[in-house]
Amino acid sequence: MSLVTIIDYGAGNLHSAAKAFERMAAVVGDITVEVTADPERVRQADRIMLPGVGAFADCKAGLDAVSGMVEALDEKVIRGGTPFLGVCVGMQLLASEGREKVVTPGLGWIPGAVQKITPSDPSLKIPHMGWNTISVTRPHALLAGIPDGPDGLHAYFVHSYHLVTDSDDTLLATTDYGGTVTACVGRDNIFGTQFHPEKSQALGLKLIENFLRWTP
Amino acid sequence: MTLKTRLIPCLDVMGGRVVKGVQFVDLRDAGDPVEAAMAYDAAGADELTFLDITASHEGRDTIFDVVARTAEHCFMPVTVGGGVRTIEDIRKLLLAGADKVAINSAAVNDPDFISRAADKFGNQCIVVSVDAKQRLTERVGGDNRSEWEIFTHGGRKPSGLDAVEFACRMVERGAGELLVTSMDRDGTKSGFDLKLTRAIADAVEVPVIASGGVGSLQDLVDGVTEGHASAVLAASIFHFGTFTIPQAKQYMREHGVAVRMDAA
Repeated sequence: MSLVTIIDYGAGNLHSAAKAFERMAAVVGDITVEVTADPERVRQADRIMLPGVGAFADCKAGLDAVSGMVEALDEKVIRGGTPFLGVCVGMQLLASEGREKVVTPGLGWIPGAVQKITPSDPSLKIPHMGWNTISVTRPHALLAGIPDGPDGLHAYFVHSYHLVTDSDDTLLATTDYGGTVTACVGRDNIFGTQFHPEKSQALGLKLIENFLRWTP
Repeated sequence: MTLKTRLIPCLDVMGGRVVKGVQFVDLRDAGDPVEAAMAYDAAGADELTFLDITASHEGRDTIFDVVARTAEHCFMPVTVGGGVRTIEDIRKLLLAGADKVAINSAAVNDPDFISRAADKFGNQCIVVSVDAKQRLTERVGGDNRSEWEIFTHGGRKPSGLDAVEFACRMVERGAGELLVTSMDRDGTKSGFDLKLTRAIADAVEVPVIASGGVGSLQDLVDGVTEGHASAVLAASIFHFGTFTIPQAKQYMREHGVAVRMDAA
């Protein structure tokens, strides 16, 4: 029985995320899904998911406030190679820094900065809220079997900021909202989605299934 | 690639049961909001809104169970409105699995509540319900006052607040989205108040959901093309089986509105 931990640091729609993971864990089989704020449970995990909604600085402060959690993540994900999925602000936290309201250091796992979306068309609303298709820029195991492009499946986005990566190598998928907007980032055993897989029906459930089967 | 216009069915819930009948085939229990939510999910609804109209305080806890059970089966965004008055109300709804909360009276009575809620949970989950009607109160609003006034208590009580000014102020406070309902049109099936919707949509940076009055599929299209709404919400046309979600989306697409057809 393998263990997937969803990290509870007071910033995320944990119930929805847990239910979507449980649904796909039942499909894949032999997986336990646990929502936890305990770094020791994270150390036991075979896969780790970091959710996050709200502002970058608040989420980072919330994560830092869980004693030993950042250390446990660093040990497991960076040194241990454990498959990791960050979602929404949980993905943005991977950046070197966030520039929402104030400049806040991130985890620094994906070099880049979290910046405000600036659509070229001023009539486009902020936040970028709703369903949009994605365009895969670098094929990845977590995006396998997901039709992309204008006729592809849709993902549910709700955000005003996105992670602009320093290198194209870590940019895996984009969407378009009056310009290119980051949809997925990753390297090695680390993957992040700006959209919400747990709210993205068919596309999201497939991505979660791919994550649960992923052996980077 | 474009962001798609969202089509949002709304379910009125009282004491944990759907109030207006939902006439779907294949529902084991048409009064169970979760069954209705699952049917809308399968049909390709883009979001779901529960409006809790439970009058008694005791009955309110039933909505948490409805939301929690919905989150087990429906992997799409869920908004809950009705009776959201405290930070604790919001926290409980989000923990149960709601993604957004719609706030009405509490926003009118205490605008600072919206600032606190947005600071705590993020703008993305704070929807302010703008319930507006042709104005009755003459002496309020600034130089640019609009034709509409904010009403509370289901459209019975004028607040003395100008609707467009109120909408702008709520966005400044941190509302991430506005649910604009014409209390003149609600339940009339005569279409959205397009002038109202457009006046607000053009005045704010955040998305506007048009609500109140949908009777035909053309009304949905007009809400977007004429009203400049980012999303359209309807209740009766779907509950009573007048139209299905796929029919509505097909019509919208044929009339130039970009919609998501993943479920088709």
